[in-house]
Amino acid sequence: MTTRYNFAYLDEQTKRMIRRAVLKAVAVPGYQVPFGSREMPLSYGWGTGGVQVTASVIGPDDVLKVIDQGADDTTNAVSIRRFFARTTGVATTTSTEGATLIQTRHRIPETPLREGQILVLQVPIPEPLRWLEPREAETRKMHALEEYGVMYVRLYEDITRHGKVAQTYEYPVMVDGRYLMRPSPIPKFDNPKLDRSPALLLFGAGREKRIYAIPPWTRVKSLDFDDHPFEVEHWDRACDLCGAQGAFLDELIVDDKGGRLFICSDTDYCARRRPAGEPRPGA
Amino acid sequence: MSAMVDEPPLLSVRGLGKRYGAQLGCRDVGFDLWPGEVLGVVGESGSGKTPVLDCRAGRVAADGGRVAYAKADGTVVDVLRLDEAARRRLLRTEWGVVHQHARDGLRMGVSAGANVGERLMALGARHYGRVRGRALDWLARVEIGEDRIDDLPETFSGGMQQRLQIARNLVTEPRLVLMDEPTGGLDVSVQARLLDLLRGLVEDLGLSAVIVTHDLAVARLLAHRLLVMRGGEVVESGLTDQVLDDPQHPYAQLLVSSVLQP
Amino acid sequence: MPELSLAQIEQQLALAVDRVMTEGSLHDRELAALAVKQARGDLIEAIFLLRAYRTTLPRLGVSLPLDTAAMVVHRRVSAIFKDVPGGQILGPTFDYTHRLLDFELAAPGSLVAPAGVESGGEGDRGTAPLPRVMDLLDREGLIESEPPSEPGGQVGDLTREPLTFPARRDVRLQNLARGDEGFLLAMGYATQRGYGRNHPFAGEIRHGEVAVSLAPEELGFAVEIATISVTECQMVNQFKGSSTTPAQFTRGYGLVFGAAERKAMAMALVDRALRVRELGEEPASPTQDEEFVLSHSDSVEASGFVQHLKLPHYVDFQSELVLVRDLRAAHGTGAASAAPDGR
Repeated sequence: MTTRYNFAYLDEQTKRMIRRAVLKAVAVPGYQVPFGSREMPLSYGWGTGGVQVTASVIGPDDVLKVIDQGADDTTNAVSIRRFFARTTGVATTTSTEGATLIQTRHRIPETPLREGQILVLQVPIPEPLRWLEPREAETRKMHALEEYGVMYVRLYEDITRHGKVAQTYEYPVMVDGRYLMRPSPIPKFDNPKLDRSPALLLFGAGREKRIYAIPPWTRVKSLDFDDHPFEVEHWDRACDLCGAQGAFLDELIVDDKGGRLFICSDTDYCARRRPAGEPRPGA
Repeated sequence: MSAMVDEPPLLSVRGLGKRYGAQLGCRDVGFDLWPGEVLGVVGESGSGKTPVLDCRAGRVAADGGRVAYAKADGTVVDVLRLDEAARRRLLRTEWGVVHQHARDGLRMGVSAGANVGERLMALGARHYGRVRGRALDWLARVEIGEDRIDDLPETFSGGMQQRLQIARNLVTEPRLVLMDEPTGGLDVSVQARLLDLLRGLVEDLGLSAVIVTHDLAVARLLAHRLLVMRGGEVVESGLTDQVLDDPQHPYAQLLVSSVLQP
Repeated sequence: MPELSLAQIEQQLALAVDRVMTEGSLHDRELAALAVKQARGDLIEAIFLLRAYRTTLPRLGVSLPLDTAAMVVHRRVSAIFKDVPGGQILGPTFDYTHRLLDFELAAPGSLVAPAGVESGGEGDRGTAPLPRVMDLLDREGLIESEPPSEPGGQVGDLTREPLTFPARRDVRLQNLARGDEGFLLAMGYATQRGYGRNHPFAGEIRHGEVAVSLAPEELGFAVEIATISVTECQMVNQFKGSSTTPAQFTRGYGLVFGAAERKAMAMALVDRALRVRELGEEPASPTQDEEFVLSHSDSVEASGFVQHLKLPHYVDFQSELVLVRDLRAAHGTGAASAAPDGR
């Protein structure tokens, strides 16, 4: 019982349906477009939204990079990259600069993106108001009427209780001054990269069945108060491997005495800065 | 013909009716409310006063009639026929609704300060310090101690919760406030304090309000005019003092005479 | 160790195959058996395999509604009348068996036909269609009629369009048919225990074969393309009436592939619970909350999201670590969160 699959697994009708959703999303930046998400060979929750978006926009001449937590070599990134290699035959790469299409889970690459590149982000929960209002029927109305007061109430409470906003990833943003958006669980460190990016940013939520987009050069502002401006994470140290300052660092526990190493989460970025051939610890 | 242009009433209700299945809620209710006026709607439970409020707030679909509201920009809209988006916008901006049970009108899971500041932030206030400052102002005005600003409403007494609800609604100085039994369920002394506060606020802010209550003392203290309701219909209306001192309709007479004299 | 064949799975684990087909939304016994084999008996995993395969299949058309009144019945019971035209047919069921582990099954060659075939049923009923019990109530006007759908009317399809709220009943029923049996069983059970009680009675449960017919455009008339086995459950629920309309019983409906009777019954209970809005009732419990029930009924979605927690989350966690360390440091120095008034 063998069967041949279409280019990128999905049939052309489905791809067309998804592209229509993507176009609508691009036309209304930050707005969540419902789409008929299909079951894919990977579990919901493991990137099916991202995979469906990628499968709908990928072409034979694309060069694909897939990362998870910033790394090309994590199990799920390898699995997804292999899936596309098998179903499209498209060239794959670990180089951010060399890629035309990048699918990512929970990080935006350190290397600045350029015009013509597409970044596809995997989204678990697309709705920024979800923890404040569990009902979908209600949150859709709130977006339609720009009723975002409740989100600022949450920020106010954080500042009251902790002196600062306690949201460290999936930090809510305002897109093009109109729609409140959840940028997927990227650390807030990566939020500034969303603002006026030269690349096209697409967001796919397979299980929740929503697609949204930030077209190139769109204004994206992280929510804050004038007297409590948005700020990103800092480390008081550089990457222990490549010496980079100002990159997002992973903490690795290396011995049972609590010794640690801090290393760039973006493996490609780190590797480029190092003399050729040095392996990552723990690889 | 006089060239004088009359200021339109803020709220103009005609033929308002509401049924709940076979039960009559209210029938053929009509009145006008002018800016700066407080109208009391009095009657016993089941008299139809709550349906009148619900229909007016658009919370419940009326079965007939017209509720004309004059917006701040001068246009007049029929509340009963507004789409939900427009109605929600009015509820956030020009109207306030004070519920009988404070829990229905507050966010119980966030601090008093957040409760008061929410409408400001919803309308674009983006300075934490200033939002907090306005919240402190208003807490003082409704006589809640400054030190309670970060406390959850759950830790407040019933009277304090009600005062917090009032602050939450009035912080954006709405043009029309609808109140449903604002002193219901509170101790008598607490009620008196709340009524004093409300009367002061109504005067200071020039509020227009419709207050539904079964308590004639509340009506006498706060309302300029009264509607007396029974069995879903208006049986008498007029200036508060007139209706309470010289009721014409037998039911109104009964109501007035049953008030316990201290 | 001899390997399981698909035929063995299909016959000896027939109820597993029934469940996988129902929740996998695909009627194909061989493929379902293959999925069960590949998933090593993990039925939710098998359902996932079948669904993923279904994604790749082209849509040829939409069948006519199944005529369950014309079913060739193997089992038909009704709890609301002692006897009904055509009789109570016990058929194959575990219901009246004693749940004693049968150690003789451990020895090869001891498998017997499914329980119940000897014990009171008569096996195949023959081709005479059995009138539906609900139709008896309907004739007297005692039960709400199911409005017949307009011919050519659109039926929703969750495998093409995402679920939106409020959801129409056709979409709700599709969601429940695909929904996880355990979840629906729990929800149905909850309604019986008072969380949205609707006074159910088993009006009729019937299991047997029905024809699937398709009317292709080119032909202009219907042709029978298959015969499948289904189980249908119709519940009779809380009656409603008002001053203007006399009292009538209300309905709940369940339909599954194969003999998955428990699922069909649970589905009917939950269907009725979710009809509160259209019947003018006040929802009082999560079982009557369609967003709550329909958003969480799909085992493939639920399993995926729950298990995705195994994926690396160290970047998000790193951000949290940074914050918690900061807050603890600030707390320690006392320089923390006291209200910054006037700032």
